[in-house]
Amino acid sequence: MNTPQHGRHRGLVARLLLMAAASFAFGFALVPLYDVFCEVTGFGSRERLRGPAVAAAAAPDRARTVTVEFTASVPSDMAWRLQPQVAALEVQPGQLYEAHFIATNLAPHAATAVAVPGVTPARALRHFRKTECFCFAPQSFAAGEQRELPVRFLVDRELPAGVDRLTLAYTFYDAARAPASGGGG
Amino acid sequence: MVEAAVAMDHAGHAAPARGLTRWLTSTNHKDIGTLYLVFALVMFLVGGAMALLIRAELHAPGLQLVNPGFYNQILTVHALLMVFGAVMPATVGLANWMIPLQIGAADMALPRLNLFSFWLLFFASVLLTSTLFLPGGAPAAGWTLYPPLVLQSGSAFPVAIFSIHLMGASSIMGAINVIVTVLNMRTPGMTLLKMPLFCWAWLITAYLLIAVMPVFAGSVTMLLTDYFLATSFFNPAGGGDPVLYQHVFWFFGHPEVYIMILPAFGIVSEIIPTFARKPIFGYDSMVYAIASIAFLSFIVWAHHMFTVGMPVAGQLFFMMATMLIAVPTGVKVFNWTATLWRGSISFEPPMLFALAFLFLFTLGGLSGLMMAIAPVDLQYHDSYFIVAHFHYVLVPGAVFAIIAGVYYWLPKWTGHQYSVRLGQWHFWLTAISVNVMFFPQHFLGLAGMPRRIPDYATPFADWNAVSTIGSFVFGFAQLLFVWLVWRCARGGERATAQVWDGAHGLEWTVPSPPPYHTFATPPELR
Repeated sequence: MNTPQHGRHRGLVARLLLMAAASFAFGFALVPLYDVFCEVTGFGSRERLRGPAVAAAAAPDRARTVTVEFTASVPSDMAWRLQPQVAALEVQPGQLYEAHFIATNLAPHAATAVAVPGVTPARALRHFRKTECFCFAPQSFAAGEQRELPVRFLVDRELPAGVDRLTLAYTFYDAARAPASGGGG
Repeated sequence: MVEAAVAMDHAGHAAPARGLTRWLTSTNHKDIGTLYLVFALVMFLVGGAMALLIRAELHAPGLQLVNPGFYNQILTVHALLMVFGAVMPATVGLANWMIPLQIGAADMALPRLNLFSFWLLFFASVLLTSTLFLPGGAPAAGWTLYPPLVLQSGSAFPVAIFSIHLMGASSIMGAINVIVTVLNMRTPGMTLLKMPLFCWAWLITAYLLIAVMPVFAGSVTMLLTDYFLATSFFNPAGGGDPVLYQHVFWFFGHPEVYIMILPAFGIVSEIIPTFARKPIFGYDSMVYAIASIAFLSFIVWAHHMFTVGMPVAGQLFFMMATMLIAVPTGVKVFNWTATLWRGSISFEPPMLFALAFLFLFTLGGLSGLMMAIAPVDLQYHDSYFIVAHFHYVLVPGAVFAIIAGVYYWLPKWTGHQYSVRLGQWHFWLTAISVNVMFFPQHFLGLAGMPRRIPDYATPFADWNAVSTIGSFVFGFAQLLFVWLVWRCARGGERATAQVWDGAHGLEWTVPSPPPYHTFATPPELR
């Protein structure tokens, strides 16, 4: 191991370290790249997620009926109950509806929960518009308190023809253990 | 100046330090290789004990031994330890021992960095295991650490992320060391295309590591800031998207599976020619095949997430690109088989494990092709079929190749020949039980049993019981291996320099065991 050999190592090591740093930066670059990808393909667009849901002015499509099912779940280690008031609604695209979920804090102390929604099938997601929703905002309950949580929604008329059944699912999480909630939306 | 002085001082060491100091402070590639291998073996046994706990719980329907939360923690830690604590360090250990001997170098290029990477890995693994004992337990979201589930972890969350950062830093440093050694320190006359295939496989693996480990570090850093600093990379409430995490994770995760299997390809490419007593068939195409697999591994990641809802064009692209990987892999399997063709084959333990690798890895690759088909993957996704698939490529794939490598080079390292009979017992017990353990999991998955769930419907009971029996036989058979390695390290019949009569290459020109310092002057290629 002589000195020129060491010099040769140093150059290569520097280049490899640079490569590792570039990879680290690339990981973060995937975030804006993903937005671009979503914008181009129209899939999961961030702008659409941020923007308010607008009730379409068009009249409801009376010729079509779609079933919207409701379901809710709570992690097994949480003393909560969350269930929909009705299991399903028959809706017509373009018409505004309201449904209720009943949440109960079963713990002997006050607690806060956060609900995260999900809509399946995924291709119906962008056609399911909630004008009012109890999701994401922390919901504080006194010990043993029970409350009705409303959700207002419409299924827009552009819903793909093959979809005749949608599921709206809510999952409750303990807000104390959930990550710090993000700013913005 | 200082470095040159230290280097000369280092070269002046005639003998290793005594006792514990030797193992704590050694920068010798052979010592560090041994440390890595012993560490990987210990982690393999620890992770294996966790696997036995998982299988014991799944032996019968219902909840017997553990609660579901703990089940998911042990499953997550099992996966992380096996990937980052057992398989990867074992291949790094083999690289440390064998690359300098195979290319005629005196040591690794950066010996002190080498020492640092090992101890970083050691403490990171201890840290990761310690999360099991923290309030709230270890992370329980599986090794993929998907948000939002992983953000529900208790105080273990930042500790686990930190340990992953450290392991990543350790792998990157190890990779830099391998690349610099291979590119700068080959003996004169050894051009890149005369290099042993194990070195080639590791060179490409090292580039993969440098390209993707930092991306993984980035993705877990984003989890960390989402958790503590209220950023919204993956939080829909702030305009983020959990699916983004899956993209970033699998951009790392898919090349990661090749990081585990490419060195295995290299080992098998060394062993099969030795025991078939023929040079490897199609050396150049072997090198190009490894390089093609490495390249393709960067553009197939979303086949892990066909169910997130992807445009059809995307599904088609990732499906086709994934299937393309079968071509270079097929070239390799063909070349190994062609090497065996009309060879004068003998069945010592390394060859037995290499042949089992050839059959069973191909089987695991085949179920991978099934899952690459986007429309049918919707059924396989998150089922036990996936568990069967990746265990087939990792256990009879990567782990068998590593065991084969240990059997192949153990007489070189210790200077003693081990009991071939005991090795054959170990092989047959292992090869039969590994199939009893994992093959039924294909049936379970196709029948609809989900993965990562401690309980299941009663129709799945029989095959689960069979799988559990296989797992316990497999687990205890590995103690035979530990016993064999221990005995071989302590003594036995003296091994010759060449060890195996069909072995060729620079590592077989030095005595067994090799002196503490080898190739102080670069050897001549014959």
